[in-house]
Amino acid sequence: MIQIENLFKTYDAKQGGEPHAALKDINITIEDGEIFGIIGQSGAGKSTLVRCINLLERPTSGRIVIDGRDVTDLKGKDLLEYRSQVGMIFQNFSLFQQRTVLQNVMFPLELKKEDKSKARTRAMELLEMVGLGEKASKYPSQLSGGQQQRVAIARALVNNPSIMLCDEATSALDTLTTHSILSLLKSINQEMGVTLVIITHSLTVAELICDKIMVLDQGVTVEQGKTEDIFAHPESDVTRQLLEKRL
Amino acid sequence: MDFLQAFFDQYGLLLAQGTWDTIIMTVVATLGAYVIGIPLGVALVLTNPDGLHPHRVINAVLGWIVNMGRSIPFVILLVVMIPVTRFMMGTALGVAGAMPPLIVAAAPFVARMVEQSIAEVDSGLVEAAQSFGASTWQIVTKVFLFESLPSLIRGFAITFITLFGYTAMAGVVGAGGLGDIAIRYGYQRYQTDVMIATLIILVILIQVVQSSCDFAARKIDKRK
Repeated sequence: MIQIENLFKTYDAKQGGEPHAALKDINITIEDGEIFGIIGQSGAGKSTLVRCINLLERPTSGRIVIDGRDVTDLKGKDLLEYRSQVGMIFQNFSLFQQRTVLQNVMFPLELKKEDKSKARTRAMELLEMVGLGEKASKYPSQLSGGQQQRVAIARALVNNPSIMLCDEATSALDTLTTHSILSLLKSINQEMGVTLVIITHSLTVAELICDKIMVLDQGVTVEQGKTEDIFAHPESDVTRQLLEKRL
Repeated sequence: MDFLQAFFDQYGLLLAQGTWDTIIMTVVATLGAYVIGIPLGVALVLTNPDGLHPHRVINAVLGWIVNMGRSIPFVILLVVMIPVTRFMMGTALGVAGAMPPLIVAAAPFVARMVEQSIAEVDSGLVEAAQSFGASTWQIVTKVFLFESLPSLIRGFAITFITLFGYTAMAGVVGAGGLGDIAIRYGYQRYQTDVMIATLIILVILIQVVQSSCDFAARKIDKRK
């Protein structure tokens, strides 16, 4: 379970400017095995929020509690160990261009200095699972966008995380590829029980895959709840605007 | 043909020795410059305001040292460093005497080159590595340096060739090498044939270095 309590994130004032409050008093509870969507327009604070979960961004105040353990102030080795237990995928895939597909998937294991042949076996299993076993020795530049995101998904799962963060994971992909990636994510959620936290500006993506969503606007939670409830009865103007865009 | 035969009989050994000296000076100085320049370049990247460990003071001091090193003309540096060189190497002459100033001149150059190459690495990759729990050391070695390897090799060619040029100037303080021969025979004794021979050797050497670095960089670059 992921609990985010009274989370604030404020960036220091740039020269002469005001301090910028990116997130204001965010409270979220995400149950194990849920697919949770964080929706909002660009600049709403979605990326900052998701990066607070694996502490790529340090909250200014508030707590992040994972399975009852407060991780907010982790440092050094504990912090790196914690991050390695949370998978993450990105809008632009962020695959290492000078490494093969297999080496990319093995990368998180390489960081932990795991036995090479075990790491290779584990990485191959995951590549098979995402349907790219035969591409193991190719380089990312030789793959399509959808294939690259599949490799990134395999890489994010190689440490057996219980949580996976998806930062606009389908925004760089066409509709058809988006659907195939979403169904892969859904099956990972159902078969491996991985909790997914999905950031997207697309309500279509949210509708297709998320159990619950929260709508974020200018760093503030506008509303949150079950996806179908919010789609049926949007309470805020921001949500209504996002819904209109979809149609 | 007789002319060539006579020329090589007379100067062949001299030119071979000069070529060898030049190569040794350049190779050792380049390696030395990288031993200092890589950590310096990495430190510049890490302490940058947008870097992994921003540190305004360290960054400013390092930047200042690098800029200072780069703004001293090499010929002046050669002379200024003579006491230091003598203290370190026991002599300020010959191949050994040319090493310290060559390394001091090239290290800041290499630092900037390394900094540039690392700057080309997509910041998303650094974030991805961090999200998998990579330490700073792992990010430096496995992301910064590994991902920018083709660019680093291209930078290496530029450094190597620049140092080639510097070794010629080091001839001024009696460093030996092809530059020294060109100055002593070609310039001071008006032996144009010797000067042309040294130039031909220099051109060939530089072509070989540039082409093989280009080839290596293209070979290992998997982006396209």
